[in-house]
Amino acid sequence: MANQSSFEKLNKTANAKKKAANAIIYALLSFWAVMILFPFYWMLLTSIKSYSSYNSEFKPMLYTLKPTIDNYKLAFTAVPLSRYFMNTLIFTISATSLMLAITVFSAYAFAKLNFKGKSFAFTLFLALMMIPNELVIVTNFVTITNLGMRNTYLGLVLPSIASVFYIYLLKENFEQIPAELYYAAKVDGTSDLAYLFKVMIPICKPTIFTIAILKAIECWNSYVWPRLITDDANYFVVSNGIQEIRENGFGRENIPAMMAAVVVISVPLIILYFIFRKSIMEGVAHGGTKG
Amino acid sequence: MKVVLQNLTKIYPSRNKKTDSDVIAVNDFSFEIASGDLVGLLGPSGCGKSTALNLICGLQSPTSGSIFFDEDDVTAVPPERRGVGVVFQNYALYPHLTVKENILFPLQNLKGPDKIPKQDMLNRANEVAGLVQIAGLMERKPSELSGGQQQRVAIARALVKMPRILLLDEPFSNLDARLRLQTREELRRIQRQTQITTVFVTHDQEEAMSISDTIIVMRDGKIEQIGKPQQVYDNPANLFVASFLGTPPINVFEGHVANGSAYIGNEAVISGINAENQQVYIGIRPEGFILNRQGPLKCELSRVEAMGRDISIVSKHSASASSIVRSICSESDISFESEQVCFSLKPEKVFLFSKETEERITSA
Repeated sequence: MANQSSFEKLNKTANAKKKAANAIIYALLSFWAVMILFPFYWMLLTSIKSYSSYNSEFKPMLYTLKPTIDNYKLAFTAVPLSRYFMNTLIFTISATSLMLAITVFSAYAFAKLNFKGKSFAFTLFLALMMIPNELVIVTNFVTITNLGMRNTYLGLVLPSIASVFYIYLLKENFEQIPAELYYAAKVDGTSDLAYLFKVMIPICKPTIFTIAILKAIECWNSYVWPRLITDDANYFVVSNGIQEIRENGFGRENIPAMMAAVVVISVPLIILYFIFRKSIMEGVAHGGTKG
Repeated sequence: MKVVLQNLTKIYPSRNKKTDSDVIAVNDFSFEIASGDLVGLLGPSGCGKSTALNLICGLQSPTSGSIFFDEDDVTAVPPERRGVGVVFQNYALYPHLTVKENILFPLQNLKGPDKIPKQDMLNRANEVAGLVQIAGLMERKPSELSGGQQQRVAIARALVKMPRILLLDEPFSNLDARLRLQTREELRRIQRQTQITTVFVTHDQEEAMSISDTIIVMRDGKIEQIGKPQQVYDNPANLFVASFLGTPPINVFEGHVANGSAYIGNEAVISGINAENQQVYIGIRPEGFILNRQGPLKCELSRVEAMGRDISIVSKHSASASSIVRSICSESDISFESEQVCFSLKPEKVFLFSKETEERITSA
């Protein structure tokens, strides 16, 4: 009995310690979550305040009693937000899908094919990663301008359809697939291309997903390149579009309407995140453990 | 289906011509596998047996020579069109597919006139799954299976397209001892049931001996001997085959032949030899020893090991090529007070090999 009670006692203290540790962890995480989420909340809150009530608040209010959707109406009617939105969608989808195709095929070539100068070519590729993006932007700008592709979708998309880093990432992933699977697929009657699509891509799905999502986010958020290469408002994407709205649309002081526009352009990314949350985590964790 | 290999040679060119010479993995291979046979390709690691298998299934192409399936020359046919089923050493199951999808995979790749309807595919998959007894695991992923189950899935995947020939590369090496026994019996059963010509590669002579109709013993890319397992065991063509087959391994002594008798040291251990006087290796199977106090072969006793039914006597002899002489005897009534143990020999378990060529000297 004495033994058992001492065991219970130990168990109790252990449980109590665990609970205390959990409480601290949860408190810290909650604090952090509030820190992260507050700007989003503030954005959402401001977007549903009317212009007059927003301006009449001499002290910012953490809530509103009279929510309105007028700002959203304004965002879609007063300024060409939907146009920017469509442009961004076209830009993101075409850049991401083209980049994925190029990444998959080149990663396959570097990982599984044998050709002359392979390692030299790959070294050159890697060397490209050493050049800072800012430098590349200058040459890209000159190239695209000389090609007469300013203010075109092609000009927007072209410079970002090849990513050395993603090719490298996927190549590493492809290389982990054992060669015997290839032989098995061969005797099972697949061509090289069928093997790539039926075996390699499904196996590396988490990585490919991660690449696609990261690329989509990158495109959606990109600012410098669209800003440089487009001065025709018909080709503005949301990032430089929002600036245009601020300068020439609602006017600088109509913050609630601005916030409504910002909410609208953030929503797709948030939806994307919630749909693919699991895959993103998987891909990142995979990349983390395997290299 | 009959498989014929004709003067098959595979040379791997050396990476560095100055320092290395080319590697001849398979050297002038010629043999014929009868339809429906289970053939064990046996040899130490690095002897080219896996290369031979890859040549048959087409994953590697020979430097010279040709391969026939029945009358068709398939030497230049790519693996996907040879109609072979292969079970790889680590099974090579597709990790992202379920067991069912893995088995269906080869069928889904059939094209043109060979294409079969979906329902037939499912029926065939279920049929082979029943054959290898994995019908209850069809929805699992390979990572959720044990080694033995994975191996059966691999066999099912190889069988589902009804291959003309089934090839297995070290199929049992990833299994534990008990499972290995069980699955090799199963392989034998499946092979009998399906009557598919089967070639399997192994370095384990016991495995090859136990289930093969024919064994092919290889060394350094060359065929050393082909025959029925018992035949090869009883009549090894040379010292290599004799020492490669059998557990415990054969005991090899240095000796000589003089006047119709074989001598180890100064003792004539066996008489009635019809061979010229010469230096020889004398190979004696462990079961070829008979405990006999008057026996001619005198060894220094090290220890006696109980093996259940039999006893194993470990002793030493100065003429022995290895450090110990191991014999298996059933007589246990011998008392071992002395340091010496004497044997007479069963003539049919004693083989003589020329010291020069290591080839067998057949005595009448």
